[in-house]
Amino acid sequence: MGPISIISDFPEWLNMLIAFFIGIGFGFALEQAGFSSSRRLAGMFYGYDTTVIKVFFTAAIVALAGSQLLSFFGLLNLKLVFVNPYYVNSAILGGIIMGAGFIMGGYCPGTSISALSIGKIDAMIFLLGGMVGAFLFMETYPFIQAFAMENYKGNMRIDEWLGVSPGVFTLLLIIAAVAMFWIAELAEKKFSRPDITSDL
Amino acid sequence: MIKSKYMNPYLAGVLLGMVLLAAMFLSGRGLGASGGIKDTVVAVVGAVDKQHAMNTPYYSKYYQNGEHPLRNWLTLEIFGMVVGGFLSGALSHRLKFKIEKSPKISNRKRLLFAFLGGLFFVYGAQLARGCTSGAALSGMAVLSVAGFVTMAAIFGSAYFFAWFFRKLWI
Repeated sequence: MGPISIISDFPEWLNMLIAFFIGIGFGFALEQAGFSSSRRLAGMFYGYDTTVIKVFFTAAIVALAGSQLLSFFGLLNLKLVFVNPYYVNSAILGGIIMGAGFIMGGYCPGTSISALSIGKIDAMIFLLGGMVGAFLFMETYPFIQAFAMENYKGNMRIDEWLGVSPGVFTLLLIIAAVAMFWIAELAEKKFSRPDITSDL
Repeated sequence: MIKSKYMNPYLAGVLLGMVLLAAMFLSGRGLGASGGIKDTVVAVVGAVDKQHAMNTPYYSKYYQNGEHPLRNWLTLEIFGMVVGGFLSGALSHRLKFKIEKSPKISNRKRLLFAFLGGLFFVYGAQLARGCTSGAALSGMAVLSVAGFVTMAAIFGSAYFFAWFFRKLWI
């Protein structure tokens, strides 16, 4: 039964080894998806390439449905899986700042690591900027701490919030994703930019 | 020149989802990227000015119990990501040093905005306790409201700002 490393109380070195191998899978999947290309990622916001939403939502649904199934068959204790705490102010303002960074830099942190591993120099500079961003955050933290900690809602779950079961919510998310994929395919035709996409 | 096509996006999504599911099943956690970047910075600050690191609340917690900030799950995961990305690039013949940009802008402009983009993104990720991987994707997979809100805020904001930065891309 999972999460294996928590239930079996794995030694430190084994946890680190798992982290390393999960990382290999993560970096491999991102690169294969084409997330190592900033112009491909940016296409999401101009419509000429919508790979981002297809990969992102497919992955979220596979992990969500998969973990719900494992839990249903008693193979995974979801109470032991980390649920991100909800700080309303931080989630919204942080997300807005991240979105601005996304469209300026063309990467997010994970995709920049994937891109620099195949030699993209712009991704290396993005990561360097990211380190400066982390440094600035830690230095400015005392000034924004009060705002960031305000409006804390705990480890709030969306199925409980909406008053539906996890299974019903998963189904709703799948329907929403299929609708978005359909729109995404239409957008790629409408905003097609063969001069860009043939380059990638 | 031989150039392989990328994987079908839906198939790549299934692969990424399986990796995330494996992380949840094996370690009880999701995927992350910005956390490992922060740990690196904590280590650098600690190496340059240990006194400052010990006196600043945000750093000092990483130096309690004599632990080293780089010896943790997220940092090992990032090392793995570089190896995994490199293997994928090698398999698909995409290993090449280059600056990727629109032909309409200069290298200098691309790199300046790449730097600023990274700065903004990771600053926001520290505030939101995770980036597209750790907060949005992993959060959605565990039905966290924070995951869905962060995802909507990132994408909504990027669509809003896309008009202002369109000359960088199209």
